[in-house]
Amino acid sequence: MIALYLTIFISLILALIFLVLFLGSVKDGQFEDAYTPSVRMLFEDEFDLEKNPKKKNNQTNNN
Amino acid sequence: MEKQKFYYDDKIVKLFSWATVVWGITAFTVGLMVAYLYWFPHYMDGISWLSYGRLRPLHTNAAIFAFVGNGIFAGTYYSTQRLLKTRMASDLLSKIHFWGWQFIIVLAAITLPLGLNTSKEYAELEWPIDILVALVWVAFTVNLIWTVVKRRVRHIYVAIWFYISTAVTIAMLYIFNNLELPATLTKSYSVYSGVEDAVVQWWYGHNAVAFFLTTPILGLMYYFVPKAAKRPIYSYRLSIIHFWSLIFIYIWAGPHHLLYSAVPEWAQVLGTIFSLMLIFPSWGGMINGLLTLRGAWDRVREDPILKMYVVAITSYGMSTFEGPMLSFKSLNAIAHFTDWIVAHVHVGTLGWNGFLIMGMLYWMVPRLYKTKLYSKKLANQHFWIGTIGILLYVIPMYVAGWTQALMWKEFNPDGTLKYGEFMDTVTEILPLYYMRAIGGTLYLTGALMLVYNLVKTVKGHKVEDTAAEAAPLKPIPGSRQPGEDFHNWLERKGILFTVLALIATAIGGAVEIIPTIFIDSNIPKIAAVKPYSPLEVEGRDIYIREGCNNCHSQMIRPFRSEVERYGPYSKAGEYVYDHPFLWGSKRTGPDLMREGGKRPNLWHFNHMYRPASMMYGSIMPNYSWIVKNDLNASDIHAKLKTLKALGVPYSEEEIQNAPALVEKQAKEIAADLEANGVEKSPEYQDAFKGEKVDLSKKEIVALIAYLQRLGTDTTKKVETAKK
Repeated sequence: MIALYLTIFISLILALIFLVLFLGSVKDGQFEDAYTPSVRMLFEDEFDLEKNPKKKNNQTNNN
Repeated sequence: MEKQKFYYDDKIVKLFSWATVVWGITAFTVGLMVAYLYWFPHYMDGISWLSYGRLRPLHTNAAIFAFVGNGIFAGTYYSTQRLLKTRMASDLLSKIHFWGWQFIIVLAAITLPLGLNTSKEYAELEWPIDILVALVWVAFTVNLIWTVVKRRVRHIYVAIWFYISTAVTIAMLYIFNNLELPATLTKSYSVYSGVEDAVVQWWYGHNAVAFFLTTPILGLMYYFVPKAAKRPIYSYRLSIIHFWSLIFIYIWAGPHHLLYSAVPEWAQVLGTIFSLMLIFPSWGGMINGLLTLRGAWDRVREDPILKMYVVAITSYGMSTFEGPMLSFKSLNAIAHFTDWIVAHVHVGTLGWNGFLIMGMLYWMVPRLYKTKLYSKKLANQHFWIGTIGILLYVIPMYVAGWTQALMWKEFNPDGTLKYGEFMDTVTEILPLYYMRAIGGTLYLTGALMLVYNLVKTVKGHKVEDTAAEAAPLKPIPGSRQPGEDFHNWLERKGILFTVLALIATAIGGAVEIIPTIFIDSNIPKIAAVKPYSPLEVEGRDIYIREGCNNCHSQMIRPFRSEVERYGPYSKAGEYVYDHPFLWGSKRTGPDLMREGGKRPNLWHFNHMYRPASMMYGSIMPNYSWIVKNDLNASDIHAKLKTLKALGVPYSEEEIQNAPALVEKQAKEIAADLEANGVEKSPEYQDAFKGEKVDLSKKEIVALIAYLQRLGTDTTKKVETAKK
């Protein structure tokens, strides 16, 4: 059953890649702030929106 | 730091969005054509390229890679740029990705109906297209990672992580499952055989669901649901846990597709355990998505987009609950090979993928064109028609699956099968097939309303690249800084390189090594199992071309009900020369593992031309062209040589004499057909209009040769012993 070992081997490599990415991102401080990113993604920075103030209420202030 | 002005590439998002719409309608339409074949099996009679076995792979490929694929890319390009506050790294790569992907889809739409396929589910495309897929995918991956590197936001939002994992994993899976040796430009054989091929295929098949139909859609969920709901995701912390636990667990669950098969027990157990564990991250994500709408339920009532998201996320929750449950051996024994699985996957595709992507289009397309949706009312109607369509599709399929599975397993008190005739179990569920077709029609109707709505929305508007501004990140030079030691530099810059290098070496090394390993692989061989004769190889290739494996399995599980119905259960050693394996995953018709010798040649001849002539009430479409077509065995040298290179022990002599061997066996079968009065059969007369033809030159004899060989190698001995 070499195929089983092959799939396990490739899966391990994938897992290893993800582990490296994970450790790297932890070290990079990616997960130190587990709140702001969820709010920041709601803000638009697009120029055209300023011309169209109608659409600018894309924010969380209605919470 | 001073702000920089830049433009988001919205034109590429526009292209992908419209491709999603166009291919979505195509995929649903082809799906419906297939669904109606259960109702009216002969409405496309005699048109080979519109036959069930060729359309079904077209439907699945179109739904997965064309509809969901383009939808993912549209959403990914839109959200990645905005989340990272940068334009995509390379417009050229974006264009290569878009046009390359559409070219692949068009090639698939041409080759699959022509019967050019490898038989491996969701990997049916032949080798030249596989290479194109790999190249285009690399363009996408490089573009995505390059954009991440160029970003203007330090933090990488969770959606991007989902996209990255998709890009990296699909590349690996696709390449390893599609390792095949070409015999001709349009025909190749999988380097793996039998059980090995099955293991790799379902490792791929499962992860295609995981990393093509789940992780990227989750990425879209984490961007578009908060955007549409105008409130942050319920728990960002949970989303991070969701992501990392999901991707670490998902890749190990593949063997649950092969429970009770000839795959080693320990691998099956491994698959089951990881499948069970999957429920935790999956439901974590589902709850995270749904709770994002807390306090916004009043808006859900009015907003069609949010409604679609609610159904999509609920469908995700349902199918990820069902998946682990189906991985229990006891439940799997009932569900496998039935319409239960069809229901399960359609909750996922119609509900989760379809509604999430269509909700995304309703939200995104008006924004791309800087306008408002043409009709909210119409979108609401789409939502209701689509939802009823999903229910009308899946509920009958669940009932059909349960009904048929129980009928298959029911015994009379005297120990014989209660429904010994497979046909009886099909007749019973026909009304449910009709309901499914109606459900599908409603779903397509809803999608057409989406098209109308979007076309009206964008009329008179144009997509211009959107301007934005953001401060750049503090630049960190790539080269080693004075005073910086090597290790620090590697850590700072090296992660990306490490990952890329790992992928490159893994793929490069494995592509070279694997074929050689597999040729000498030491599966317990059964001495009686011999390679297929040249004519049988041709017959097998016709079986693959017509997609017989879409409705007929070749895997008898070790249950009394199956052994009673089909014969001795399948052993791993029986498949060693099967490049590719043809176990199938659905029994719309009976298993064919031990079809050989069960019925006379003439039965097969008549049955293939008009199945209902031999089996009253059969819903198998007529495969009349196999009777009429001349057998083209001109590639038999190349085919045998390729198989020999993959370890099938053909002698040089056999390969040299292949055409003569083909002719000899064909003449024997033709002679048997004639001896049994084939010329008097209405099917023969209808096919050849009273003319006398040399049947040994027709495709049908090759197919009969293959069918009559199936499963006989190991049972022959038992018969002689009995005598």
